[in-house]
Amino acid sequence: MTTTDDTAVETSVDTTTDIAARKAALRNRLKDKRGSNEAPARAGTAFSIAELREHQPAFRGLEAGHRACQGCGEALGARLVAESAGPDVILTNATGCLEIFTSPWPQSAWRVPWIHSLFENSAAIAAGVEAAMKHLGKSTKVIAQGGDGGTFDIGFQALSGMLERMHNVLYVCYDNEAYMNTGVQRSGSTPHAAATTTSPAGLERMGKRHLKKDLLSIIAAHHIPYAASASVAYPVDLRRKVRRAMEVEGPTFLQVHCPCPLGWGHESSVTVEVARLAVQTGLFPLVEFERGEVAGVMPLRNPKPVTDYLKLQNRFRHLFSNDPRAREEREHLQALADHTIEKFNLRGEEADPLDSEGADTVRRGGLVA
Amino acid sequence: MLSALEGSQALAQAVGLCRPGVVAAYPITPQTHIVENISKLVADGRLRCELVSVESEFSAASVALGAAASGVRAYTASSSQGILLMAEVLYNISGMRIPMVMTCANRAVGAPLNIWNDQQDSMAVRDSGWIQLYCADNQEAVDTTIQAFRIAERTEVPVMVCVDGFVLTHTLEPIDLPTQEQVDRFLPPYHFSRALDSRNPLSLGTCVDPSFFTEARHSQHQAVLRATTEIMAADRDYAGIIGRSGGGLLSVVGPAEADVAILALGSVCSTVQESMQLFPQDRPVKLIKLRAYRPFPMAALREVLQGVRDLVVLERAIAPGSGGIVGMEVRSLATTLTQLPRIHNYAVGLGGRDVPIEIYPRLVEAITRADEPAWFEIFDLEPEKLPVEDR
Repeated sequence: MTTTDDTAVETSVDTTTDIAARKAALRNRLKDKRGSNEAPARAGTAFSIAELREHQPAFRGLEAGHRACQGCGEALGARLVAESAGPDVILTNATGCLEIFTSPWPQSAWRVPWIHSLFENSAAIAAGVEAAMKHLGKSTKVIAQGGDGGTFDIGFQALSGMLERMHNVLYVCYDNEAYMNTGVQRSGSTPHAAATTTSPAGLERMGKRHLKKDLLSIIAAHHIPYAASASVAYPVDLRRKVRRAMEVEGPTFLQVHCPCPLGWGHESSVTVEVARLAVQTGLFPLVEFERGEVAGVMPLRNPKPVTDYLKLQNRFRHLFSNDPRAREEREHLQALADHTIEKFNLRGEEADPLDSEGADTVRRGGLVA
Repeated sequence: MLSALEGSQALAQAVGLCRPGVVAAYPITPQTHIVENISKLVADGRLRCELVSVESEFSAASVALGAAASGVRAYTASSSQGILLMAEVLYNISGMRIPMVMTCANRAVGAPLNIWNDQQDSMAVRDSGWIQLYCADNQEAVDTTIQAFRIAERTEVPVMVCVDGFVLTHTLEPIDLPTQEQVDRFLPPYHFSRALDSRNPLSLGTCVDPSFFTEARHSQHQAVLRATTEIMAADRDYAGIIGRSGGGLLSVVGPAEADVAILALGSVCSTVQESMQLFPQDRPVKLIKLRAYRPFPMAALREVLQGVRDLVVLERAIAPGSGGIVGMEVRSLATTLTQLPRIHNYAVGLGGRDVPIEIYPRLVEAITRADEPAWFEIFDLEPEKLPVEDR
């Protein structure tokens, strides 16, 4: 948000001073902004609030110009979360890509108060900030952020403690399924059979031997008011979930699936497509829990085969070799997706504007299926 | 007014008088009674603060960090293994220049597991960038705790108040607690210039590359060094309001011109002091009570060591493979004196081994008898308990 626009909005509600002069100034600013000579409103006509809104850029908590890689899913996720949460927040951040690429001293891409301490304590720092807000009688919402390493693995204890103590904190995990900041090492979130630098594929191994930890169920088992998964491929859904979580007085949790072009080995131009396929195949279900019970799912219209998702990524390339175990692992992953679809009853019955095909699909005319 | 209080109880009340906004802690012996007593103050409505009972010492320090960074006075306490689990956060707090106070109820570090007192825990984090103040008795612990908040907040360097576990924390002493009005006069409300505030968004704890890191460390080092001024000022102002000093950077008991000196930290000072009264020796001896270990008070030490011919350094920790920790630093400082004293470095009271009341005459005898000063020895070792090869 620029200072100019701040002034513009303030002008519209200030009736005590010279309104005509201010309108003229505002018209000039809007003209400059549009780069056109055409005035946005006829002379002598008041601006409507709607018109002003149209010219007011959305709030951005995370500014452009940071140092994320091209096509970074985490940067997209964090931008969506920060803009949905609004300005009255304090963010904490675990060590990781997001922390590194947004805060190279003396620069920062954050327009909201932000604190990074360590890898494993984002939730505990957030708990401290929240306790301070409570003591000060402030309503500022606290959002803790971490990657999957900082959330599933090393920061898990602090996260569990924060949830159990019912701090009024939204914890957002940007899940890109490996330790990307240190060079793509496997984490508790890395999917089964994915190759990373510490779970490489080779003669004796077909990538990671273990399953992706079912973190959301573990979080939900804390019986917190709200926990959900979301994806950068479904920004409207993601924004809604952030706003939902922001309204809750108590601990809430969001797991945001964020492809990493570098770590997953896909083109940086297909980040959203890859994220979308993870949902459409049933490998990454979009689910909401309230007090530990499933409260909503995004239905899948005609679930796609997992190979559609796998074949776009180098981390699964070994699953398309002639090795018989490759086929076995592909089937294994398909079985995992099928199981998830059954478990959450994801299969949609008919075309739904909010299902995996309809949601966030502007090219089909928005919400009309 | 004097009241008979257990050390931990007195400390809890002292913390309460400082009006912390957030207290976060995890139980560990011998720190437990401090936090239990604070919990009771909160439960009884005598202290309005957010008490966060966390799931580890790591989170205790982190919660306190988050709170202090948000503009609220924060406090935690721990011991031994808990201090080591916090170590990563302790470096982080001081590196970010977050002012806060913690009590270290000093205890040995395992293995072997031992819950009793020595100072290995705080010595293990002596280079974490925290101010460390060691208390000789519970009155000092109370006064030092209150002063610590002002020192931390004026210097933006966190302060660790080191109080010997059990020997002080679990011992009843007559304590004079200042009144709330006195503490309020001494300690203004907490203000942190870089507080997290959505009306003034700042980024704290950013990533610093080699082009700035060296300068960041330099500034931190200077800040801890400069804290000597603030420690003295806090003690002076405290004495002005409350009428009692907390012990400055260091204090000397006995004749200033004595050419034999015993230097110690913590409750050993009180034991030695009492021993000196009970068993007076012919040779004049002075006791140097080192209260500030970080910053290491070089100028003040140099002054009291001038003219000393025999210096005994007592410590309750050990650097295996090297020897004394405090001894090594004092020895290094002594090389700048015009006359280098003979330095006798002893560890005493490891893992709660009782420091005997005859410690003073035994020390004087040992240094008088010795042809060569002890580079480093464990003073109260009982060789008959050792396997032959270790004797």
